[in-house]
Amino acid sequence: MYISMNWIRDFVDLSGLDLNKLIHQFSLSTAEVENEIFYKGSDLCGVVVAEIKSIENHPNSKKLHLLKVDAGDVKDGEPQLVDVVCGAPNVRVGMKTAFAKVGARLGEINIAPRPVAGFESFGMCCSEKEIGISDDNSGIMDLDPALANGTDIKDVFEIDDIVFEVDNKSLTNRPDLWGHYGIAREFAALSGRPLKKLETVDLSVYDSLPKLDIKIEDDDCLRYSGLKFDNVSVNVSPVNMRIRLFYCGMRAINFLADMTNYLMLEMGQPMHAFDSRKVEAIRIKKFADPFTFRTLDGVDRAIDSNTLMICNGDEPVAIAGIMGGLDSEIVDDTTSLTLESACFDPVSIRKSASRMAHRTDASQRYEKTLDPEMTPVAIARFVKLLTDIDSGAKVISRLTDDFRRTYERKTLTIDKAYVDRYTGIGDAITCEHIETTLKALGFDVIREDDKFTVTVPSWRATKDVTLKADLIEEITRIYGYDNFVPHTAKSPLYPVRMGVEKSAENDLKDILVKRFSLHEVHSYLWAYHDDYKKLGMEVEDNVKILNATNPNLETLRRSIVPTQLCQVKVNTGYAPEFGIFEIGRVVNGLKADGLCDERKKLAITLFSKTASVKELYFRLRDMIAVAIDEMRHREITFAPIEAAHDYQHPKNLNAVICDGVALGEIGIVHPAVSKKIDKKASIVYAELDVALISEIADAGIHYEEASKYPGMEVDLTFLSDSYAPIKAAIASENSPLIKKVGVVDLYAGEEGNSITVRITFSCDDRTLTREEVQAVSDSIVAKLAADGISMKL
Amino acid sequence: MNESICNLREQFNDALLAVSTLADLETLKVEYLGKKGLITALLKNMGKLSPEEKKTFGSEVNTLKGYATDAIAEKFEALQKAELQRELDAVELFDISLPPVLDRGSYHPVTLVQRRCEEVFRTMGFAVEDYSEIVTDYECFESLNIPPFHPARDMQDTYYLDNGQLLKTQTSAAQNAIYKKYRDALINEGKTIKAVFPGRCFRNEATDACHENTFFQMEGVMVGKDISIANLIYSMKTMLSEVFDNYGLKVRLRPGFFPFVEPGFELDISCQICGGEGCPSCKHSGWLELCPCGMIHPNVLREGGIDPDEYTGFAFGLGLTRLAMMKYGVKDIRDLNSGALTAMSQFTDDK
Repeated sequence: MYISMNWIRDFVDLSGLDLNKLIHQFSLSTAEVENEIFYKGSDLCGVVVAEIKSIENHPNSKKLHLLKVDAGDVKDGEPQLVDVVCGAPNVRVGMKTAFAKVGARLGEINIAPRPVAGFESFGMCCSEKEIGISDDNSGIMDLDPALANGTDIKDVFEIDDIVFEVDNKSLTNRPDLWGHYGIAREFAALSGRPLKKLETVDLSVYDSLPKLDIKIEDDDCLRYSGLKFDNVSVNVSPVNMRIRLFYCGMRAINFLADMTNYLMLEMGQPMHAFDSRKVEAIRIKKFADPFTFRTLDGVDRAIDSNTLMICNGDEPVAIAGIMGGLDSEIVDDTTSLTLESACFDPVSIRKSASRMAHRTDASQRYEKTLDPEMTPVAIARFVKLLTDIDSGAKVISRLTDDFRRTYERKTLTIDKAYVDRYTGIGDAITCEHIETTLKALGFDVIREDDKFTVTVPSWRATKDVTLKADLIEEITRIYGYDNFVPHTAKSPLYPVRMGVEKSAENDLKDILVKRFSLHEVHSYLWAYHDDYKKLGMEVEDNVKILNATNPNLETLRRSIVPTQLCQVKVNTGYAPEFGIFEIGRVVNGLKADGLCDERKKLAITLFSKTASVKELYFRLRDMIAVAIDEMRHREITFAPIEAAHDYQHPKNLNAVICDGVALGEIGIVHPAVSKKIDKKASIVYAELDVALISEIADAGIHYEEASKYPGMEVDLTFLSDSYAPIKAAIASENSPLIKKVGVVDLYAGEEGNSITVRITFSCDDRTLTREEVQAVSDSIVAKLAADGISMKL
Repeated sequence: MNESICNLREQFNDALLAVSTLADLETLKVEYLGKKGLITALLKNMGKLSPEEKKTFGSEVNTLKGYATDAIAEKFEALQKAELQRELDAVELFDISLPPVLDRGSYHPVTLVQRRCEEVFRTMGFAVEDYSEIVTDYECFESLNIPPFHPARDMQDTYYLDNGQLLKTQTSAAQNAIYKKYRDALINEGKTIKAVFPGRCFRNEATDACHENTFFQMEGVMVGKDISIANLIYSMKTMLSEVFDNYGLKVRLRPGFFPFVEPGFELDISCQICGGEGCPSCKHSGWLELCPCGMIHPNVLREGGIDPDEYTGFAFGLGLTRLAMMKYGVKDIRDLNSGALTAMSQFTDDK
């Protein structure tokens, strides 16, 4: 919203103050001001009132005229006429217009003598657009003949102004700031100058006139005030009014439309003028059945049972709070007008406006929760301005006011201690400051020592100020946050541990990035229907987003793996070999209580064009083993599981188990999917539950002093397809002499697969004898033989 | 000298001269000096000699033995030296200017920025809390003083789920749970609640280079006796100076409206590019709008089981995604969720 400082100064005397500084202060204390401030008129000089003394047609042009103009210059007591070539269609002898003399400046243009179609022109007659006060370029300005030639145009009109834009978003909670008068109240409080009373007429003088027929038939209308008048003869608004509208971003239309807009910009109260013939029985109501209604911009809009309408009896004439109808608009033969000043429910207006995607200046204001007390005041102000400008205009009805409900005006009690507790700056904010500030902002304040009983003004009571804490904001913002002396809070010392899940997450990331050179990525919470399809994966049924803008992205993912495979596909050209991982959320359907079963997972995918799938699989297995070993000093084991998803290869699909808990799975990507990512590459994946990993109890470090006696190594080769039984047999020996076990060779021979294990024996207090060691290894061999696993000879 | 000894000596000298490797030298050594070697074999011919001649012959054989032993030792040393030299010479000169194979992994940039922020707050005694991404209407709105039909629910277009839950639009959705978690320690032990909670948030909006439907924030709260606006300004300035590693950083507050704080503020920091002088990136204002903050709304405290007449507190929200983009100059926000490694592999650890 654009704010004109000239307009503000109608209501508060800011003379002698630095306006730029005040605007800056406003930005820090009230609402955000956009960076660029417009100094209107600053690029205009040398434009004066001038009279066209004579007109000759240009010999070679139908459009151009040769004028002699009196711009007020006198030499030796004689007016000095100036030759001007002018193309405006509305020139006439005796006309007074705005004239840019030689040496004048209009924005980028510097006026100098110049030849125009063969004739020298010494200056330029100007349109409103050319001097920057409207976008009317239809002809040169037609000024009041009473103005003296040579008068600076800036002395005639309010051209010089400072205009700034307030970010509308920062006014969301301030319905009172949607007009200049409310903004002026802030400037008054900030500058310590009094706010002038709004000049209005006393509407009670019309009490003897007939009433209008107005009836609210729906609760979404809080108040509807109307007044009827006729005999308006002015068609075009005064220049100064049009300048203000233009500077504030609105186009002048005609006097009455301009008046309603002007009132809206001044007071924040939207108004509407109807042709009285079309609104003989004003009813505010909704319709059960939908229909189409043509608004005054000529657009047909769909009205449903939730849209509040203004009607003439049963005939809709306007969409309440949004826009008037085409049929009830003021037309040429309109003789009397009915002025609407109403207050509607903010939610109702907001919903209707957003349903028909038509946010207007009016609806924008209504949705902020306007003050119902304002409707008759706005009419009183309207009548004042109207009759000032058009003395013939005549009010022909009494103020008719259907007032159904309003908002509670709270009375709040605070004391100085309450304020101090919030501010933390003690007596820097005095009781006097509190009282003065609240009063300047229109609050009623009764002060007893350091206690304040504060009644909220109606324009702040609609939703904005309801609590004691709301008063703190008023007091502190006007005091100025820049004036606060910051200081630390007093807080007892106590240790704060990092949560186990947080540190597990950090550890996992560090190990995967630093030790295994994987790349951390992020992806979305939902399945990508199209991308999955390209890889031959179905989106598995799950919780859905109701209002997804893209139907391809509406199902929440059950696993990160498919999403990650899509990202692998993106990267096939990145390097012949890479690994990515993500710690992110998945949703495993709903829990018994109906809420989403949200889990935090770690997903890893390895891709390689060079390594075999087996090599890659074991690389991944070792990454997981290393991570769990580093973080929890524990071993992991595996158990085969059945494939249940289309991206899983049925073989080598294993659950990853630690301490009896299945953390997740490791597997090969199904070739049908894998081949769509890359025809030849090996792709393996793992997905683990991060919460479960973090919950694994740390086995801790068990220090053993190194033996001072020599150890002994024994290699045993067994015919076996699996290491697991060998490992179990050695473990079951439970011998304190066994210090280390490792696999040193795998061999596939004629007799079948063989595994060579190397067992390191040692003893802490003596040198072992060959017999002791032999006994242990014999026992292991015997146990395995009993299970059908023989030594390789 | 006996002729046979003399011949053998000649023969040995010739053989030694021909030796060029340590292995051949060893063979030579065995040939001449071994138990069954040529020198020892000379003694077999001694039978025919007189005792006097035997003595002389024996002595001459020993001399030859000694000579051969020394000569072999000398040759051994020379050969060994030569071999070492050969070994030294055999090593090529490397081209150390070849590029190193770093084989680096990488972190997501949000992880790096998030860790930095968490570290700052942890060192100041804040607990780092985690929270779910899917929340209830109560958590995201109602407990935060945002009743149904409040315009704030329009301001942030929400993804609603078919089970009635929603994707959290703001990290504030964790506030209520945090208050409930820590209020007993606050009330019974006087422990000020200090917590930050980073998290992923979602808004239902069309994406472009500057807009994402998925992004990260970090919220923080501090609640205790007499926590004030002066404390808020102090804390924000101190923390943000650390986050931006800039002790000359300035902060300022402007009024801002958020339903869960009262008073609410927009916090600006001095522009990190021009230092406050004004430049294109701060639109010549010298300031950068950074984070919303404010004194926690009494209704929000009350809903968390904390009496607003007894306790006050402040809350703030930092946009982690935005911080990451600012810090690393990421222009297109969509890159962050793309998983495209050409872009994302560049973020190695950055403490």
